[in-house]
Amino acid sequence: MSSAFNPRYTFDTFVIGDGNRVAVTAAHAVAEHPGSVHNPLFMHSGTGLGKTHLLMAVGHETLSVDPNRVVHYLTLDDFMEAYRAAESQQLLESFRERYLTSDLVLIDDVQFVARRPEVQDELLRFVADLADAGVQVVLTSDQPPPELSELDDRMLKKIDGGLVVDIAPPNFDNRLAILRQRAYERGAELGAELLAMIAERDTENVRELLGNLNRIIAFQTVSDVPLTLAAGRAVLSGGDADEALALSRSSDVFGSADEFGAFLSGVTAAVTEQVDVWQQNLRDVVDRWSRRGYNTARLERALDGGVAAEAADAVNRYEDAVTELLELQTAVAECNPERAGDPVFRDPERVEEARLVVKRAQEDFEPPPGPSRSFSINTFLRSRSTKMALSAAESVLAAPGTQYNPLVIIGPSGVGKTHLLHGIGRGLELPDRGWIACTSAQVFMDELVTAIDENRVPSWRARYRRASAFLLDNVDLIGGQDRIQEEIFFLFNVLLESERQLVFTSSRRPREIRGLDDRLVSRLEGGLLATLKSPDYELRKMVLTRQFEERITDPVEEAVVDYLADQRAESVRSVLALGQRVITSADARGQTPTLESAKDVVGATALRESAAVARGRPSGVVMSPSGGIETAEKVVWKWPDPVDYIIGEMG
Amino acid sequence: MSLINFTTREITCKIVYYGPGRSGKTTNLQYVYEKVPEARRGRMVSLATQSDRTLFFDFLPLELGKISGFTTRFQLYTVPGQVYYNATRKLVLQGADGVVFVADSQARQLDENLASLQNLQENLLAQGVDVRTLPIVFQYNKQGLPKELILTADELNEALNFRGVPHIGADALGGTGVFETLKAISEMVLRKLSEAPPG
Repeated sequence: MSSAFNPRYTFDTFVIGDGNRVAVTAAHAVAEHPGSVHNPLFMHSGTGLGKTHLLMAVGHETLSVDPNRVVHYLTLDDFMEAYRAAESQQLLESFRERYLTSDLVLIDDVQFVARRPEVQDELLRFVADLADAGVQVVLTSDQPPPELSELDDRMLKKIDGGLVVDIAPPNFDNRLAILRQRAYERGAELGAELLAMIAERDTENVRELLGNLNRIIAFQTVSDVPLTLAAGRAVLSGGDADEALALSRSSDVFGSADEFGAFLSGVTAAVTEQVDVWQQNLRDVVDRWSRRGYNTARLERALDGGVAAEAADAVNRYEDAVTELLELQTAVAECNPERAGDPVFRDPERVEEARLVVKRAQEDFEPPPGPSRSFSINTFLRSRSTKMALSAAESVLAAPGTQYNPLVIIGPSGVGKTHLLHGIGRGLELPDRGWIACTSAQVFMDELVTAIDENRVPSWRARYRRASAFLLDNVDLIGGQDRIQEEIFFLFNVLLESERQLVFTSSRRPREIRGLDDRLVSRLEGGLLATLKSPDYELRKMVLTRQFEERITDPVEEAVVDYLADQRAESVRSVLALGQRVITSADARGQTPTLESAKDVVGATALRESAAVARGRPSGVVMSPSGGIETAEKVVWKWPDPVDYIIGEMG
Repeated sequence: MSLINFTTREITCKIVYYGPGRSGKTTNLQYVYEKVPEARRGRMVSLATQSDRTLFFDFLPLELGKISGFTTRFQLYTVPGQVYYNATRKLVLQGADGVVFVADSQARQLDENLASLQNLQENLLAQGVDVRTLPIVFQYNKQGLPKELILTADELNEALNFRGVPHIGADALGGTGVFETLKAISEMVLRKLSEAPPG
């Protein structure tokens, strides 16, 4: 966190009042769930009303919830200075990276952007990038966005997309509470009537209010007698210091006999002692929960009721309701983080409503895609070429999240990466383990695009962040896709930190994937890279034997299997394709496959492949028409030439 | 009446000076009136007979300003001491937050003191007020008179103050004990805030 953070500016030292309650509620929500609710959060108020205090309180609270979070605080000038420096040194990428990998960015005093239109584009892009990457942004300004003249419409739109709250000047109660707290912090013993007198003065601004308090404290420090009300008034009216002190010494409180002054002191002491005691206790409770953004109307009613015993009951009932709301909020955040910021979870009078919201969110929650039922690790054949990856998979199943995390299965197309990935996914599925997210990079990307279109990225993100394991097929497809890489990067970190298993498949080593961000490369390479090689003879034979057993009733001669297994194959899929052609050919003749028919099929296949090569048919990783990258064997890249069919049929 | 209103942030205390005729109740209020800064006091209403006896009641509002954010007002009343004005006494006593029983310290006035005290208890009981919980202070007035004419505080306690409530010796004409009494009853009343529901 930035060293500019003031350690005193926490929620605990921020005095809540009617004027700032909404802002505090929103600030709490983003501190507890950064990036999920109100992003960006824009707080505005006149000067000296606590914007910076609240801004820094968000930072402190975020870190107290999770000390591993990365928080940046900067003023607009800091931002510009850092941006210009990075630009001049051509380090803009690392500048962006620094903030994009954080959890919370706090930007103070953005009102100055209005005077610097050239900065707006950069700030807009910066805020938009951060918000899109799920990094919480909180901005402060001394004017509401529409009044920031010259502010670009796009900037306004971006800000309006989050939440804009204002902080109003404090009322009397709020001013008195601020004074009490600050006097306490300063160790100053000032009478209640003196504090009330300061609070009663017409100050629109907390800084000015505290300035008045400071003057009173300063006079009190040099006075040998307690400062009286009259003396205090004289001090604040800019009266002569000696006169004010003399006024205190005279003990002539109101310019009349001392008796009334003594009486008033006694009454004040009694009010302070009695009115304040239980009322203040209750007010402390109100403040504590207000500070956390909860609706305290119920407690305030107890305060108005004026009965101490009832107040105690009210506090107990209130705190029970808050406990339940916290549990409900956690539950809803798991299903739909956008709802976690719903005011209903901050209102102990709406517990029933909160229960319904959670129930609905749980009913609506759509788990992420899981592993396919078609695959099982038990049907994955073990041979020299698969044993390393299979054994790594078994280790993952034995100790998910701790043994090899992430596990990256690497191999050419068709060697069984998808089978093994889904097999691991199925193996990880246990009733008490929660959802297993297992999908292909293409599906993952498509889902994100839809979520962006429908403006529901946080809930889409939550589906995966809630998963107890994340398995992604064909991670090599995300090369060059910055947005999806951002998502996977953050998801990766979240899951890894909580020891949830990550498994990826790729046709090449992460460092060889073009356009893959360094930070992802290092994370993937940092796990176990398990290779699935092209099938060896033993595997080819096992594959064919199983295929014939499953598809043909009569036993196939050993020589046929041996002959076919002997044929070179880059992938299991091509072994299966060869076996399938042999079966189809034999079926056409109404026979069981023989060595001769197998040889015919192999011959025709070779002829066809050489024809394809002669036409220069591409292979390997190619761009799909949709713009994504696909593995050639997994998409219908180009319909076969009719000549291929004819040759195939002749075979 | 409502002693404390958290909504409007006001504290209003009604204090009734009770006691036999000519014990010095109005004198107490007059002394307070004289000593309170003008800005803090309202107009003292005194309905008196030609012979300077309280006919109906005296009323002195005091504005103590904001204390802990509460606008604090005290309303001081006296009751007519004469036996035949009981209806007025009952009326004034209604909603009292505290009572100052101003006893005449003269030995010859003891019976009047006892009668008035008994009358106070009857009137309070009639209004459903528990005498044991209502803040009461005894003021033994006229202690400045020659000692042979008056009873000592101990003697008056023995005769009147069987509940052992706070008592203050006073000489209202000279102001002795007047504010002490007011302070004592005010603090008792205010200290009950945390116990009593609003009236």
